[in-house]
Amino acid sequence: KEMTVREALNSALDEEMSADPKVFLMGEEVGEYQGAYKITKGLLEKYGPERVLDTPITEAGFTGIGVGAAYYGLRPVVEFMTFNFSMQAIDHIINSAAKMNYMSAGNISVPIVFRGPNGAAAGVSSQHSQCYGAWYAHVPGLKVLSPYSSEDARGLLKAAIRDPDPVVFLENEILYGQSFPISDEVLDSSFCLPIGKAKIEREGKDVTITAFSKMVGYALQAAEVLSKEGISAEVINLRSLRPLDRAAINASVRKTTRLVTVEEGFPQHGIGAEICASVVEESFEYLDAPVERIAGADVPMPYAANLERLAVPQVDNIVNAVKRACFRSVPVAAAA
Amino acid sequence: GPTFTVETSVPFVGHRCEPPSREVETTAKELMGFFRDMSLMRRMEIAADALYKAKLIRGFCHLYDGQEAVAVGMEAAITRKDAIITAYRDHCIFLSRGGNLVETFAELMGRRAGCSNGKGGSMHFYKKEGGFFGGHGIVGAQVPLGCGLAFAQKYLREETVTFAMYGDGAANQGQLFEALNISALWDLPAILICENNHYGMGTAEWRAAKSPAYYKRGDYVPGLKVDGMDAFAVKQACKFAKEHALKNGPIILEMDTYRYHGHSMSDPGSTYRTRDEISNVRQERDPIERVRKLILLHDLASVAELKDIEKEIRKEVDNAIAEAKESPLPDPSELFTDIFVKGCGTEVYGVERKENKILI
Repeated sequence: KEMTVREALNSALDEEMSADPKVFLMGEEVGEYQGAYKITKGLLEKYGPERVLDTPITEAGFTGIGVGAAYYGLRPVVEFMTFNFSMQAIDHIINSAAKMNYMSAGNISVPIVFRGPNGAAAGVSSQHSQCYGAWYAHVPGLKVLSPYSSEDARGLLKAAIRDPDPVVFLENEILYGQSFPISDEVLDSSFCLPIGKAKIEREGKDVTITAFSKMVGYALQAAEVLSKEGISAEVINLRSLRPLDRAAINASVRKTTRLVTVEEGFPQHGIGAEICASVVEESFEYLDAPVERIAGADVPMPYAANLERLAVPQVDNIVNAVKRACFRSVPVAAAA
Repeated sequence: GPTFTVETSVPFVGHRCEPPSREVETTAKELMGFFRDMSLMRRMEIAADALYKAKLIRGFCHLYDGQEAVAVGMEAAITRKDAIITAYRDHCIFLSRGGNLVETFAELMGRRAGCSNGKGGSMHFYKKEGGFFGGHGIVGAQVPLGCGLAFAQKYLREETVTFAMYGDGAANQGQLFEALNISALWDLPAILICENNHYGMGTAEWRAAKSPAYYKRGDYVPGLKVDGMDAFAVKQACKFAKEHALKNGPIILEMDTYRYHGHSMSDPGSTYRTRDEISNVRQERDPIERVRKLILLHDLASVAELKDIEKEIRKEVDNAIAEAKESPLPDPSELFTDIFVKGCGTEVYGVERKENKILI
């Protein structure tokens, strides 16, 4: 049985709305338009305009309203058409949502989900193509999830909606149409994944590759290529960027002794930087090679197809990094 | 007791609505209550000023003295099922929603007995069970949040309303207009209370607003200009606004008020306005003196009896401060509590990561 990520997200929303009348959706084009990316398709018809609310294009206003509704005890799911637009509302995500339970010593909790597509899209230049994983994962009080497969999408979105704390849920536009095998267990309406736990997508013994969202697929492809060359790569799907599953990452690195981190976002102060620091702190003596970071190029996203390709990680880049980490690459100078 | 009427100081001015009557019904109990509550607020803020100067209160501290009529008048018109949200000038609103003096002073001094266990400080008081949702430090952010509370009230069919308070400084914030537009589109029971104390920090209203007629700034949203130094005008306006909001959606109340203190403790409040201006307001418009006169006029208490009440309040405040001082600082372990409602069994780190790591 297979399911697209889009169907997985849609069914998770549907089931959680059906289970809890306090869950409602709001955002730009979530209702009559059926969602800019059709994630909310059919939900307006099923749940009505009181629970599926089209907003004006005013992120600060509607995000603040969503957070206020959560203060009162509702469970809003706020869609950003893309996370690029969440910058208009980031004060409400960080100052109004993330810090409230702490500042109020638990008097006011904020059960809200901020979701939408994140990361590099295709052919839309700099302002519409950026990963906010590191931005939100920086902030105490937020939980930050990023699904890869349909199983992730269902299990993590359901977990996010049921969770009593604010969750930033980073999807990927390019994955929406991708199909994944899916089990009966995952299809059951009670299915839910734990927040803060990574998943070993592929076991290996020579090198650990960490990735999230779309890059998990690239890492798996790279692992396949590498296996033909005799390198056994373990691929960790992070699933949760905050809390970060340091235990799983360090356990894997202690086994493989090598680490390559992969992300689409900018490299400086990125998710890879944090993972690298964690491994240096906790597993320094296990490392047999310098850690490699594969990340988006340190430039605003260009439009031209050739430049754009150079700005985001490709499968080859991961293969190359793993080979270097395993001392199996031919040095550039020697090849020339 | 029997009811009687008092007249508001000045008529209301309406925008896209017919203003309510100047005749306000009241009772002896309410008048005496206004006097007591406002005097307590005044005394509490004066004491906070002293505690700040004694370095027992840290950081920011924004005092409400002068504006008390807004807090008590609003409370008199609504119930605790209605919600209030405000910015950082929040001590007296907390008190009006059922908070007590010890929780207030302890929070100001960062003590365990504070209403936020010492984690929020002056700007972050909350009392959800009393319908008080803070206590917000970012100018203007509380207005969309308040509209969200109103959204929830409507969603839950509670027939209650939210009062979202902001100053004349915040009145120019973009997100206020975004939230007002959505509130009007969705008929949310949101009442925007602009406490116009005429200065956003040190910037006079006319230097920050092309139109300082804040009750008209909602354009398509009705508004009312209210004497915010008159508790009865505030009460009448809030009662009117609640009825309006439940039937028709949002409304703006501009409360013409005044803060005697500077913006915060670092502001003597005298570089951008004259001492004459402040003392004129004290003499002509003080909200407590107005109520004192009404009490004497209606022969509800004598001058001496009112003095006794003030003495009692002074003692009450002093006792609360003494009790708050007894409260210890939060336990160091509190550093790591309340980050989440539901932990995930993962680490959170102190400053020395190797030495200070807690599972939450």
